[in-house]
Amino acid sequence: MLGPIGPWLAMLGFGAFHGLNPGMGWLFALSLGLQQQRERVIWLSLLPIAAGHALAISLAVVLVLLGLRVASLPTLQWITAGVLLLFGLYKLFNYYRHPRWVGMKVGFRDLFLWSFLMATAHGAGLMVVPALLGVAAGMESGHAGHAGHGAPGGGGMLVAVILHTLAMLLVMGTTAWFVYRKFGLAILRQQWVNFDLIWAFALLAAAGIAALMAL
Amino acid sequence: MALWKPDPSFYPSARMAMQAPPERHAYVAALNYGRNDQPDGIRVVDLDPHSPSYGEVVNALDLPHLDDELHHFGWNACSSALCPYAPHPHLERRYLVVPGVRSSRLYIIDTKPDPRRPRIARVIEPEEVMAKSGYSRPHTVHCGPDAIYVSAMGSANGDDGPGGIFLLDHFSFDVIGPWEIERGDQELAYDFWWHLAEDTLVSSEWAKPRQFEDGLVPEDLLGQKYGHRIHFWDLRKRKLSQTIDLGAQHQMVLELRPAHDPRKTYGFAGVVISTEDLSASIWLWHRKDGEWRMEKVITIPAEPADPDDLPPALKDFSAVPPLVSDIDLSLDDRFLYVSCWGTGELHQYDVSDPFNPKLAGKVVIGGIVNKAPHPRSADPLLGGPQMVEISRDGRRVYFTNSLYSTWDDQFYPDRMGGWMVKVDVDPDGGIQLDPDFFVDFGETRVHQIRLEGGDSSTDSFCYPS
Repeated sequence: MLGPIGPWLAMLGFGAFHGLNPGMGWLFALSLGLQQQRERVIWLSLLPIAAGHALAISLAVVLVLLGLRVASLPTLQWITAGVLLLFGLYKLFNYYRHPRWVGMKVGFRDLFLWSFLMATAHGAGLMVVPALLGVAAGMESGHAGHAGHGAPGGGGMLVAVILHTLAMLLVMGTTAWFVYRKFGLAILRQQWVNFDLIWAFALLAAAGIAALMAL
Repeated sequence: MALWKPDPSFYPSARMAMQAPPERHAYVAALNYGRNDQPDGIRVVDLDPHSPSYGEVVNALDLPHLDDELHHFGWNACSSALCPYAPHPHLERRYLVVPGVRSSRLYIIDTKPDPRRPRIARVIEPEEVMAKSGYSRPHTVHCGPDAIYVSAMGSANGDDGPGGIFLLDHFSFDVIGPWEIERGDQELAYDFWWHLAEDTLVSSEWAKPRQFEDGLVPEDLLGQKYGHRIHFWDLRKRKLSQTIDLGAQHQMVLELRPAHDPRKTYGFAGVVISTEDLSASIWLWHRKDGEWRMEKVITIPAEPADPDDLPPALKDFSAVPPLVSDIDLSLDDRFLYVSCWGTGELHQYDVSDPFNPKLAGKVVIGGIVNKAPHPRSADPLLGGPQMVEISRDGRRVYFTNSLYSTWDDQFYPDRMGGWMVKVDVDPDGGIQLDPDFFVDFGETRVHQIRLEGGDSSTDSFCYPS
């Protein structure tokens, strides 16, 4: 669609989108800093949150790599579109459900786990599979001469995950900074749009993209 | 159901919630247990001073069953929905979760589309509550960040097992199950609340159902068999982490009011009566060196009285006990209100320094001996200040006069009816009765009050003030 850079842009865009979602981490980091009255806590907390998110996305990479071993790219794209459609529909009617988590006294390990749990349960990894497949396809065609390569596109996808996570981290940090320094918590009351519902639509949009890619 | 912006009654911090618009109506639990074969219900009282029906009951919702005995109730959702680890800010504060403490039935009451005409949305029958939760006699309701928490006075299999806490699903209202994973030796239950930022739940002890359903059991009181402990739980692991015994003489630890600001790690508990001198007391819990501690910060003595003025249960003592039955803390954590149901007084303490409360104001109404009237009541009043509710801005306090059916009859044996009054608060301390606000419910008794949009004993906040 956008040529070879399309999937890369999608990975970055999804990273920004995931980072903006208050339920994916920046709000948790902000609240910990406020509670402990140490601004540094906000910025440090973002790191394990980003790492947990990256792990969830990497899990999607592993699934894609395994899938590529047993199925053709178009088949995988169709399967992805189907799964995303079903999950998106489920989230559309259950957008408000979160994995059970109670606890604000959290260390880095907890934040890492929490972030992994939230990203996985909400399908953050699943959402980027079409883009990952695009990256893999691009790498494969780019390296057509290298026959017998063990993991086609594996390295490329890993770079894509890193870019995705960096974009997420940047947007999380920027958002937290603006809320902490400029707007204050009152903005939560006025500007917190229903991100969970948008998320469900994003999953459905990703399903559409996967289907288009398969066609 | 899908909101695009957060429910406007949710506030990140208690300080912000104090900026909320004034409440325009209240929901009040109305009780007819043991009298005139009427069901209990919810009354809607007009609190809008500009309305022609100000201070009147504008709607009566009657329940379809007899003998539920409503007591406390709460909202399905509140400001805890903004808590950062599992936010669902687009849920509505819309449903009242109303337990029948005698029937073990749960009513889900919808306050929309017309908040003054609430209607029953769902009834969860006692069999289902008991089978799924493992408990009976549901009592206090709190909207948690992850579910609705409900305390229960008894176990499902009658009187022997422990009371505890169970969970209701936020969205479907299905009973999820018991909350505790490891309860230690906790057995008696009553109130609970939490310090969300500390992952700590606090619970108090009243009694077993057989110790209250047919009235206060004097032998159990003198034998110091009512609850006298406070439990601190790990909210995350759902297990008991610490128990503090206030001393067996301090009988019946009831309401718990943690500071609203999540940075403050202290709270207040009210004790109804001491078997040593009939006094009531307020205790402060706070944390020191990683341990919870408790100390008595207020003692309210009994007042000498002529035995002729006392009901049979108190004649031998020649004194009227204050019987502190409810306490409530303003959202700025500055004023603690204390109901002395026996002596007929509402005290206001300045608790800016929680270790040294200062009496800042007092209102006198009702009381076992005094029966002090209200400017708008025709006769001397039976009952005294009981369930207290503070408006979010802290400027108005409302209270009702009934404690619990059979106990009302023991302490106020002359056919006590129900009434609700309002108190105006001076921002610098000091309270006075609003001479124009007196709601007479006739023979029907009234218990907990919930204010439109939330009040000072509903919402929990995850962000510092």
